[in-house]
Amino acid sequence: MADHPKHNYTGLLGWVEDRFPLMETWNYHLAQYYAPRNFNIWYYFGSLAILVLVFQIFSGLFLAFHYKPDAALAFNSVEYIMRDVPGGWFIRYMHSTGASFFFIVVYLHMFRALIYGSYKGKRELLWLIGMTIYLALMATAFMGYLLPWGQMSLWGAQVIINLFNTIPFIGEQLSVWLRGDFVLSDATLNRFFALHFFIPVIVLPALVFVHMVALHAVGSNNPDGIEIKQGPKGNRWSPDAPKDGIPFFPYYIVKDVFGVGVFLFVFFAVLFFAPEMGGFFLEPPNFEPANALKTPLHIAPVWYFTPFYTILRSIPDPWYGTVGMFSAIILLFLLPWIDKNPIKSWRYRNASHMANLLLFAIVFLILGWMGTKSVEPLYKELGTRMTQIYFLFFVVLGIHSRPFANSQPSNVLGILIAVVLGLLVWIGSGFLSFGGIFAGIVVGLAFALIFMLGNFIAKQYFGKNGVKARYAAWFFILLGLIIFYDVYFRFVPSDTTATVQMLLQLIWPVVYLGVTLLLPALSPSVNAEKPVPERVTE
Amino acid sequence: MKKFISGMLLALSAAVLPVSGVLASTGVELPPVKANIHDKQSLQRGAKYFVNYCMGCHSLGSSRYNRVAQDLGLSPEQVKDNFIFTRDDDGELQKPGDLMTNAMRKKYGEAVFGVAPPDLSLSGRLRGETWIYHYLKSFYADRTRPFGVNNTVFPNAGMPHVLWELQGLQRLEVKEEHGHKTETLVLDQPGKLSPAKYDEVVMDLTNFLVYVGEPSKLSRPTIGIFVLIFLVIFTAVAYLLKKEYWKDVH
Ligand code: HEC
Ligand code: HEM
Repeated sequence: MADHPKHNYTGLLGWVEDRFPLMETWNYHLAQYYAPRNFNIWYYFGSLAILVLVFQIFSGLFLAFHYKPDAALAFNSVEYIMRDVPGGWFIRYMHSTGASFFFIVVYLHMFRALIYGSYKGKRELLWLIGMTIYLALMATAFMGYLLPWGQMSLWGAQVIINLFNTIPFIGEQLSVWLRGDFVLSDATLNRFFALHFFIPVIVLPALVFVHMVALHAVGSNNPDGIEIKQGPKGNRWSPDAPKDGIPFFPYYIVKDVFGVGVFLFVFFAVLFFAPEMGGFFLEPPNFEPANALKTPLHIAPVWYFTPFYTILRSIPDPWYGTVGMFSAIILLFLLPWIDKNPIKSWRYRNASHMANLLLFAIVFLILGWMGTKSVEPLYKELGTRMTQIYFLFFVVLGIHSRPFANSQPSNVLGILIAVVLGLLVWIGSGFLSFGGIFAGIVVGLAFALIFMLGNFIAKQYFGKNGVKARYAAWFFILLGLIIFYDVYFRFVPSDTTATVQMLLQLIWPVVYLGVTLLLPALSPSVNAEKPVPERVTE
Repeated sequence: MKKFISGMLLALSAAVLPVSGVLASTGVELPPVKANIHDKQSLQRGAKYFVNYCMGCHSLGSSRYNRVAQDLGLSPEQVKDNFIFTRDDDGELQKPGDLMTNAMRKKYGEAVFGVAPPDLSLSGRLRGETWIYHYLKSFYADRTRPFGVNNTVFPNAGMPHVLWELQGLQRLEVKEEHGHKTETLVLDQPGKLSPAKYDEVVMDLTNFLVYVGEPSKLSRPTIGIFVLIFLVIFTAVAYLLKKEYWKDVH
């Protein structure tokens, strides 16, 4: 066995260090971990996420002392906690408020990675691990929400589990396997409780640990998106540490403690004064015990799932809706391979990219808001339009990733995609039916034609194969595809209200594509990138 | 938050969408009512009305007599004498430490009312003060219903107008003007109480149900103030500490 590196610790610390890499670990991860000196407010949310995980684990443990995972007892056991367990209401509110704040913190943490390009290059794996944490978090919260066994617990879970029914061939068996019963029942509650304990106590901490190991191996990104490890060396703490790095302990620890103070102020303000948060954190219908015979008028999941719920609802076919919903999450995993621009931070990228990210955040919020609304024509259309933009975002991100490429999209590529798409639609809408073949041909042909037409128009007005022509071509192609999708899949001639809404709200994708693609085609300054400094700025 | 986001969005969309017509909500808005759970007198009266008029049908199965007594400033004896009328499974009068249940069987409730009278422990949170208050004021005579009354807030409710002796009986008047339907309730047959006094009774009941929905709300905001004050101090100290340490960096 290899010995530890030599150390100068004496006394008890020396005794321990001879036997366990205590200070070695401390130094590697904290005291001699050099983080960029220019972290801003976006960098608080990582440590806050860990804090909230700890809150959840401990409040959950105390809840579990009194909670009964039994369909006949669960609802009342939560009320027992709220009334008869000393301090029980506080623990329950820590947990329910904590769940919502977990998502707020994690969403901000993820958006930070988007704007500073933290998912790129050496940090690709870090991003994938982070996304896995996000998935595990969603699974945990989803199962936790069933536990109080209220009306929304039951019906919200019902909606989500029934999604698995729509999967071809294996759907039925899969959903029975998930529920442990043919209907959502006591068996489901029991296993959800077990998993709701297992995932956050075992899986999440393990993932967070791996996340930290990966981070400390490659080093933190920063608002400038510059690698401090590759810059000049030497600072007042160490001659060979990055010049722009400062030891995490004590500098960022004291800074994070301040962040914790601010965070807790907001957290406890909600917990003590508005634990229901106007029905967003705890939904009023959940104060009625689950009743499988009484369908609520209006089923809305908790706010952190509503963006995906809107995507689900905006695609009328249940199977494609499910596919849409899950691909909305899968696409996030793929970000590093969609955005290949070598500049990481949006500070130095072109203005269109910045606009794209900001619009994406707004669209995500609107999607969430729409998920809490009942389906009226106005909201339904708004939700659908925002869903379209959600998916366009990833295409536009790819286009922006090569801002000075000057070849128009290749028609050959377009035709290839068209063929694949046509085949998929054919298979999806009935392999052996005439209608299926027809649909496949229509979609494939339309896609190819729109592609070539977009290229043609761009060439006519913006000259062949320039930076501008490329942007313009994509603008026309994507807009064409949206309109084709509307006409072919969504237009119902007899439904005038929906058609009027569809036409009026076409404005949203037009504005979105206009800002992100047409603007850089018209004005080079919007497309200009800024010089990346050698060293981090203040 | 909800208001802020929706406000922003509406402002955005107002430019292009014919908003007003589509957004106007369909249901009738009830004038908002604010419960006051710190009015102990009102809570005590509300509790008394509840055990007298409601508990035969509705339980408060998550709530205990002695907890209510403590929160409302009543002694266990007072509770025993004034509040406990229901019996447990053995036919004994309930004890102060018991949950506030009643002897009505679910099957029986269903048979008589069509729906078993629900437990009201959480109705203050489920329905809210505004709804409960207006619900209890909105019964009117309707011969087509089994108990001869209907309700404008909860149409075709299975509950009889148990407070009719106090309120009297109302009649529904529907007026059509310019295609606008207005519904008003008119007191046909006065009860024992004046309308103003009846409103007070209903307010007491509402207050009590809101209190029962979340007893911890009595102390929650008070504790909250202290926690927030502590956090302000903590954060200020943390800020100064950070500033002190970071002198090295700048
Ligand atoms: C004779 C039995 C009976 C009595 C006494 C009674 N109720 Fe009810 N109540 C019912 C029934 C039955 C329902 C269910 C109505 C339905 O769902 O159609 C109900 C429903 C309610 C609801 C609505 C619950 C919900 O969220 O759906 C409230 C609130 C309520 N009662 C309050 C009261 C109050 C306050 C009193 C005392 C003043 C009272 N009730 C007395 C039978 C009764
Ligand atoms: C990632 C961490 C966690 C998240 C996001 C989370 C989320 C949730 C949510 C949303 C609820 C429903 C809240 C409500 O309506 O009151 C819930 C309930 C519950 N959770 Fe968790 N939880 C987490 C960790 C844990 C852990 C580690 C435990 C056990 C040790 C636990 C035990 C419970 C119990 C017993 C309930 C039911 C009581 C209740 O509903 O208030 N949770 N959780």
